[in-house]
Amino acid sequence: MRIVGIDLGTTNSLIAYMDDKTPRVIAGRGGRAMVPSVVAMTDNGLIVGDAAKEHLVRHPARTIYSVKRFMGKGLADVTDELKYFPYTLSEQGGVIRIKVGEKTYSPPQVSAMILKELKQRAEAFLHEDISKAVITVPAYFNDSQRQATKDAGMIAGLDVVRIINEPTAASLAYGLQQRTQGTIAVYDLGGGTFDISILKLKDGIFEVLSTNGNTHLGGDDLDRVVAEVILKDVRARHSLELEKYDDAMQAVRLEAERVKIRLSDEQRTTAVIELPDGKGAYRKDFSRDEFEALAGKLVERTLGPCRQALKDAGLQPPDLDEVVLVGGSTRMPLVQRRVHELFGKKPHSELNPDEVVALGAAVQADILSGGTKDMLLLDVTPLSLGIETMGGVMSTLIRRNTTIPASSKEMFTTYVDGQTGVDIHILQGERELVKDNRSLARFRLKVPPLPAGVPRIEVTFLIDANGILNVTARDIRTKQSQSLEVKPTYGLTDEEVERMIGESFQFAADDLKARQLIEARTEAHAILAATDRALTHGGTLIRAEELVTIRAALSELEAVTKGNDHRAIRAKIAEAEQVTHHLAEVLMDDSLKQALQNKKLSELP
Amino acid sequence: MDQTQNTSNKRTELQMARSMCWHCQSEVTGEYYCGQCVKVQPLSRELDYFTCLGLPRLLGIDTATLEAKYYELSRAFHPDFFQAKTDTEKQISLGNSALLNTAYGTLKDPVQRAEYLLKLEAGSAKDIRNTPPADLFEEILELQEDLEAFRSASGDADETAQYRTKLLADRKLLEERQQAMDTKLAGLFVKWDTIQNRAPQPDALRPQKDDVLKEMRELLSNRTYLRSILGDLIATLEGGHADRRH
Repeated sequence: MRIVGIDLGTTNSLIAYMDDKTPRVIAGRGGRAMVPSVVAMTDNGLIVGDAAKEHLVRHPARTIYSVKRFMGKGLADVTDELKYFPYTLSEQGGVIRIKVGEKTYSPPQVSAMILKELKQRAEAFLHEDISKAVITVPAYFNDSQRQATKDAGMIAGLDVVRIINEPTAASLAYGLQQRTQGTIAVYDLGGGTFDISILKLKDGIFEVLSTNGNTHLGGDDLDRVVAEVILKDVRARHSLELEKYDDAMQAVRLEAERVKIRLSDEQRTTAVIELPDGKGAYRKDFSRDEFEALAGKLVERTLGPCRQALKDAGLQPPDLDEVVLVGGSTRMPLVQRRVHELFGKKPHSELNPDEVVALGAAVQADILSGGTKDMLLLDVTPLSLGIETMGGVMSTLIRRNTTIPASSKEMFTTYVDGQTGVDIHILQGERELVKDNRSLARFRLKVPPLPAGVPRIEVTFLIDANGILNVTARDIRTKQSQSLEVKPTYGLTDEEVERMIGESFQFAADDLKARQLIEARTEAHAILAATDRALTHGGTLIRAEELVTIRAALSELEAVTKGNDHRAIRAKIAEAEQVTHHLAEVLMDDSLKQALQNKKLSELP
Repeated sequence: MDQTQNTSNKRTELQMARSMCWHCQSEVTGEYYCGQCVKVQPLSRELDYFTCLGLPRLLGIDTATLEAKYYELSRAFHPDFFQAKTDTEKQISLGNSALLNTAYGTLKDPVQRAEYLLKLEAGSAKDIRNTPPADLFEEILELQEDLEAFRSASGDADETAQYRTKLLADRKLLEERQQAMDTKLAGLFVKWDTIQNRAPQPDALRPQKDDVLKEMRELLSNRTYLRSILGDLIATLEGGHADRRH
């Protein structure tokens, strides 16, 4: 059974497969491999990718982007950036819910819509069903964020055989395709997240020595600093509060992104925004220097984690053999300069920084399906895992940068006679106090009622190869395993995931309808335009009755494209094709005649 | 602190949880796979880390040898190679890999290695505490005062700079001290290995062994203390949060 590799990104997602011994990304119909991670909930169902991106400005309240920022998070985690999102967010059971129209969606559900789009793309390309995937996540993702990604896969009907870290995936692609060896640093600045991983590549073993990062720092934030300048300037020059216009805010955000991208190649560029209420076009020049002054602080924030990762690996910059850049944001000359300065080595990106993570995921998929046997990835857990102890202090069980799978056993007992349960609170993070760390889950250990101190329950905390925690318990006295019900602090329950899988079939039906409608409409518009052109050139070449028939068919087609029935549109397209058949022939003959008239016989092919 | 030692590196058989294969019930003769049905076998829960990595119970470890053995065993046990296998085999692979990773992580680091040896060998005397070195008592008291003064400094630039200079000097002193401890620890490693090589049986030369272990425990307790105040000092100087996980 084939396993595909998926890079589920903040701004763009990709799917890749192993073609014999070479990983390849799968392009869509337009030839583009990247699928914008944007989902539009239209009246006619779901649209994902490039088509959805067009809805950002037209229907901002119903078009979801950057949903990865919400994965495994509660509402309180994102309060700072709520103002940037046009849709209504709420929280239920520790999980953010996105309200669109009458419906609410959890972030894994929205991610599942993107995954389904990728899955369909691969199925169309490979002519087979796809049900297994390796999905990448930022290395610094915590347990809840990883679990949410796994849930998204399940909702999309995919068996997520492995979650792997983005920078390590990139290193696999480099190891395979560039034969990279030695100690390398992978600097990965994507659309929404930043990771740094230090690895040792030797004899096919990819051993991660340390990792660090920030799951809330990426290209999105760079766009925001540019957008803020534009908003402020518009306020000053036009006394217009663009914040009140969701569509204009999206236009500003997208233009800010384009300004950022252009300034990677050019020294200066102009931002152009169509102002609302017919106030005309707004223009503002940006130079690269200005942009770098704005972006400087954000880029600076990636350097601390780099230093920490080096320290945790017990290395100095000269110990590194190579520095590799991954993620679209590393195209910025400022980023390249800062990385060069920090590591004292010119960073490189031989493989396309947008595609390399998906390629690596495909390599890992091949390893898991038994294809590639000589490569093995030994990754680490990015954050320390622990439990709450007396006084609200976290006691560490598994330290950050421990190679996974990793486990730790703890013995628990009772303090009161007849006590029947012990509450355990699991945490992730590097700080001393419970309140400064991330709460992962709580569970109650069931204990037989015995005198205090007599029960001895051994709890095993195991972080699997996905970086996801599994907890098991065993009564030492009876050697019986104990049942545990772990309640995630920030995550969907199993029942919710089940329900969402069911709902996704409904979405799938809507989805297909929407896709068929869009395709039919696009084709209808093309025919209408082509026939219009044909009539201006060849209207005089056909009989009057025929002209009337054609005009009638066209107006019927035009009318039906305004509706939502793709079958009706298809029928009218067929009709229009039929009645214009003669016209096309006449035109063809005519153009042939003209071509012949203007040429001598000898010039004919 | 690692010395390469020419030890009698005889091949130590890995200890499996059971002598019979969980799958076909035949006697397990292969290293970690059943000789009959080639199914992976669970490592014993009681397996010590030295045996797990095929090493004698010595403190001088050649890191290249250790790494090579770790990579070899990783290729045998890692869950990546058991994706298409049964759930039981997946569970065994997961458990074995986790144990292997812990073993490697512990033995790779000289201090953790010594702490682990104490746990294995010293019974009740294994607990490493957090005790100040007796001969450094005065300096430590003075450092605490300096730290307090620096933290509660009025914000006057001259005053702050003055305390800072003092703390930097304290830091240098402590770091030198730590260096000295590490040298001493390396000496104890050699001492242990010499006795252990002469008498590998657990009961042989026990009093001599216990003496070394006791000395090592004192040293490690002092070192732990020194590390924590040094961490505190550096965090204060750099103005960040104290990261207790070094």
